[in-house]
Amino acid sequence: MAARHPEPNQIPVAGNARHLIGRQLRRAPREFTLGGVGTTIYAAMTVLSSFVIGWITDDILLPAADRGDVTTASLAAAAGAVIGVGLLRGFGIAMRRTGAYYSQYRLQYRDRIEVTSKYLDLPTEWHRRHPTGQLLANANEDVEAASFIASPLPMAFGVILMLIATAVILIVTDPFLALIGFMVGPAILVVNYTYQRRMRAVAAKAQSLRAEVADIAHESFDAALVVKTLGREDDEVGRFGSRSDELRDRMVEVGGLRAVFDPVMDSLPNLGILAVLVVGAWRVDQGIITAGTLVSFAYLFRLVALPMRVFGWLLGELPRSIVGLSRVESVLDADESFAYGQSTPDQAGGAGARVSDIAYRYEDSDVEDLLPPSDQRASNGTGELGRGVESVTLEVPPGKTVAIVGPTGAGKSTIAHLLVRLFDPDTGRISFDGHMLLDIDRESLADSVSIVFQETFLFNDTIYNNITLDQEFPEDQVYSAARLAMADGFIQGLENSYSTLVGERGASLSGGQRQRIAIARALVRHPRLLVLDDATSAVDPAVEGQILEGLRGLDTTVVIVAYRRSSIVLADEVIFVDDGRVIDRGQHEDLYRTLPEYRNLIDAYEKESA
Amino acid sequence: MTVRAEERVQSPQGALQTIRRGLALSPELRKGLVGTLLIAIAATAGRVVVPIAIQQIIDNGVLDGGVDMTVVVTMASLALGAILITGLATGWMHLRLAKVSETALSGLRIRAFRHIHNLSMLHQASEQRGVLVARVTSDVDQVSRFMQWAGLMLLVNGLQAMLAVVVMLTMSVPLGLVVIALSPAVVGMIKFFQTRLRVAYLTVRERVGQMLALIAETVVGAPVIRAYGIEDRTRARLEESIEAHRSAGAHAGRISSVFSGMSEVSSSVIVAAIVVVGTLLAANGSATTGEVIAFFFLVQLFVQPVQFMGEAVNEAQTAVAGWSRVLDILDIAPDVVDPGEDGVDLPHEPLGAVFADVEFRYPRPGETASEADASPALRDVDVAIPPQQKVAIVGETGSGKTTFAKLLTRLMDPSSGSVKVSGIDLRTVRFDSLRDRVVMVPQEGILFRGTIADNVRMGRPGASREEILSTFRTLGLSDWLSELGQGLDTSVGERGSSLSVGERQLVTLVRAAIAEPDLLVLDEATSAVDPATEVRISGALNQLTSGRTVVTIAHRLSTAEAADRVLVFDDGRLVQDGPHAELVAEGGIYGRLYESWQRGT
Repeated sequence: MAARHPEPNQIPVAGNARHLIGRQLRRAPREFTLGGVGTTIYAAMTVLSSFVIGWITDDILLPAADRGDVTTASLAAAAGAVIGVGLLRGFGIAMRRTGAYYSQYRLQYRDRIEVTSKYLDLPTEWHRRHPTGQLLANANEDVEAASFIASPLPMAFGVILMLIATAVILIVTDPFLALIGFMVGPAILVVNYTYQRRMRAVAAKAQSLRAEVADIAHESFDAALVVKTLGREDDEVGRFGSRSDELRDRMVEVGGLRAVFDPVMDSLPNLGILAVLVVGAWRVDQGIITAGTLVSFAYLFRLVALPMRVFGWLLGELPRSIVGLSRVESVLDADESFAYGQSTPDQAGGAGARVSDIAYRYEDSDVEDLLPPSDQRASNGTGELGRGVESVTLEVPPGKTVAIVGPTGAGKSTIAHLLVRLFDPDTGRISFDGHMLLDIDRESLADSVSIVFQETFLFNDTIYNNITLDQEFPEDQVYSAARLAMADGFIQGLENSYSTLVGERGASLSGGQRQRIAIARALVRHPRLLVLDDATSAVDPAVEGQILEGLRGLDTTVVIVAYRRSSIVLADEVIFVDDGRVIDRGQHEDLYRTLPEYRNLIDAYEKESA
Repeated sequence: MTVRAEERVQSPQGALQTIRRGLALSPELRKGLVGTLLIAIAATAGRVVVPIAIQQIIDNGVLDGGVDMTVVVTMASLALGAILITGLATGWMHLRLAKVSETALSGLRIRAFRHIHNLSMLHQASEQRGVLVARVTSDVDQVSRFMQWAGLMLLVNGLQAMLAVVVMLTMSVPLGLVVIALSPAVVGMIKFFQTRLRVAYLTVRERVGQMLALIAETVVGAPVIRAYGIEDRTRARLEESIEAHRSAGAHAGRISSVFSGMSEVSSSVIVAAIVVVGTLLAANGSATTGEVIAFFFLVQLFVQPVQFMGEAVNEAQTAVAGWSRVLDILDIAPDVVDPGEDGVDLPHEPLGAVFADVEFRYPRPGETASEADASPALRDVDVAIPPQQKVAIVGETGSGKTTFAKLLTRLMDPSSGSVKVSGIDLRTVRFDSLRDRVVMVPQEGILFRGTIADNVRMGRPGASREEILSTFRTLGLSDWLSELGQGLDTSVGERGSSLSVGERQLVTLVRAAIAEPDLLVLDEATSAVDPATEVRISGALNQLTSGRTVVTIAHRLSTAEAADRVLVFDDGRLVQDGPHAELVAEGGIYGRLYESWQRGT
């Protein structure tokens, strides 16, 4: 995973917190209202319950103990009051928590829908700049972090209500008791907040160490063959062990923090109760309050002190939520887009394409953090630095087969991708049957142009659905596409034939089988322009030949990025590219005769076979 | 879904056995935990101090014939002292528990890591690797989390509930019995909700998995989605799956919320019972006011931990399951064992190899190859490779060529028969000597995060920059190296991801070459290198390895043509053996392969 800065603990909180809480409240109003009403009931009943205890002490328990006064009616009233308040309080708690859960999941739902939908709209360049891991983390952990605020929020609101009520009651009843409240309450807040902050810092360190430990284990186990054949086991154990021991040290530090703070957190409310008992007894002695009031306050302290921890929780989580939200928003606010036009070319048969003087340059850095400012980029040197194509002009005549040939990194795939409008050239124009590629609407572009990529991608679905991609095709058309792609044979041999589930990314199939399904996927659409970007690399040469032969019988224009001589010679025309430019074009034999670079390249492939 | 398997709950006996096994493996844990338990009892005592103080102060300080501040202050001070002392005990408990358990667990983690490296299932079953990583990461983390959180809660809350009961019964037997009589109802309610919660959260976890898989597809498959214009279909699927996760989460949340509400209601029922019975007892003088009031507080101390219990028990089960998975891995005996001190060293001379009647069957985890009863991947192999010969191995996928290479480098031992190098059975050669002299370059260009120099040095630790550069030069790779921004100091990224697949293979070749092995085994080591470069380095490699024995698994028959000798495998048997020209003339499988390959090019 990409390094994630800045550290959640170092960002300004106040303004961002307002923004975060405001946004989230607006996005799940019904759910938060539910939680708000629930927490109000809960707060009211909590305060009330302590008074019920006080009333019972003064009016039921003491008369009974002093004078033996007990009536069935008074007992029933007392039990009824306790259970009644308990029922309402329980109801409030259930409602408050339901509201919190509902809000949290609603917020996650909305952000996930919007983030993934945005992924589908953002241009290829944007995707290229953002590593997969980061985008996944954004739709998962970041969205979750941003929603996390929903869970303590209703409780925090309820606790504020309780604190206000308690403060007012305390002041009205007895300023001395109130003083205890005003000392213990803030102390709990401060200790709790400090605890959460420090704990969060250590926990974050432990978390990143855990990730490092896992990374080393992954790397080391993946490289098991090398480790073993070079006899590096001891070094690996050393490398793993030092990280593991550092993780241990951090966890011991976590234990140390708990050792300091847990007893303090536990003791503070108890100290408060003791103080209430001492001061309260003195006030009872002076005749200012009753014994029942004393019991009420002791009980209230117990009930209010525990939930106050929610503030520490809230404040501790805020930075993480803020960072999560800012990442989510940086995706949602990305203003790049990929617009389609309105035209719908309606000719039939192979399409003609014309590429006029286009240039396309890959951005020279390809990793970008999701956090604004988005210009903080890090180059990781994938070797694609500044590569691209320029001054490319070429024509693909209708119904013909054109091969694009050139050394690795010459720009062959770039041209192929531009032809199907995976992205747009920086300058220059591409037209398709006389229409500007930019002007064609999305549906008709997808209907008339198909590409098969170098790296096959299958969805976790059946073979049949991977070919149709849920579009309606007559079954025969699917089978004949599969036959043409030389896939029908092996598919029939599978236990569930076309209904076979291919597994994640097609894991249950071999590379060559995946490629053939991807070719069938393109063919079933009867595209008018078919682009094969080294799409048969994992297919046996003999089978590849049969597939290409089959394509010649179709009424389709084919552009093929090819390596093997056997595929190249099948093309009507060869376009030779090197270093991002078209060097020459013509028939294979002519190029081979006249162009030494071309001859060298073909010969190198040849030597591979000689 | 794997979640189910991982969540499998152990029977109590199984859990106990796991704990016993675990403690036996980490004795420091057993010693440490007993001490911690004693401290925990002292620490928990702090929680019942306040109700006792309330009872004492109300009965003796406030109600006993008017307020007596001396009694009140004395009692409060005693309570204060008790709280401080038990607070210190709590701190000590945390510190000790963290030290003892984390030290033991880090030891367990490292031991498991080393052990897994000794198991050949690691490199044989690549699909198992993720699982093996989990053994040294999440499984151990689970145990650690349990020790520090759920386990601790279980301990402290259990003790708290027990102490609360003891204090209750000491104060007033009848009132204590009221609470005890009502508690089965509370426990029943908790069980009712816990079962439903478990199922609900399992569904949530499953749906999270499905949702994340779909999101991953959307991100990784972005070019296909764009090129085929299936954004809308993808959106609809995403929405369905995201909504499924939301509704499962909301459902689980609702159950958990109602559970909390019900817990509150049940504790109020108990309090009501205390009020009624307590008042009656107070009226006839068998309970004091202070006792009844103290019970209001004691009930909280009793009900709260019981609520947590269910959750903690769930966590405990998960942790024990994780622990037992780690222990299970440690129980698997390594199938390829270093003879260590008892072993011999390979002589310093060009190495030849002899396979005598070798058969190999892939073992299941925990079996050795000689116990395995799968159908043989290699059988009846009798072949001698003289020192300094260049041998090419040819055959289709699954024909046994990689198995042959792995037996030759003792990544595995034969099920029967023997593999000898320089006349010495490989099983008796010390690993240090073996790995020094016999090196295999696997097909996947496996690199570690770090610089190119770091990676090459794995072949010969301590190699100087000049030596590394000169190896690059000899292999004709200086130009390539200098094209990289930082030369030897270029960092290769995670698993070498900053380099292309072919470039990674180049680095692994240099790494093997600098090790200067006497027997070099190449498994399609240049399959992803572009043809022009491959032609160049294969020449250089030949020069570099002159005088050494080289066995190459060939994916291009050009390699076979250049070798002194070709071994052809088919269906686990060695079917043809001889120089290229001879085998072509012979026809057979090699002839067919050669013919179809020529046609394709």
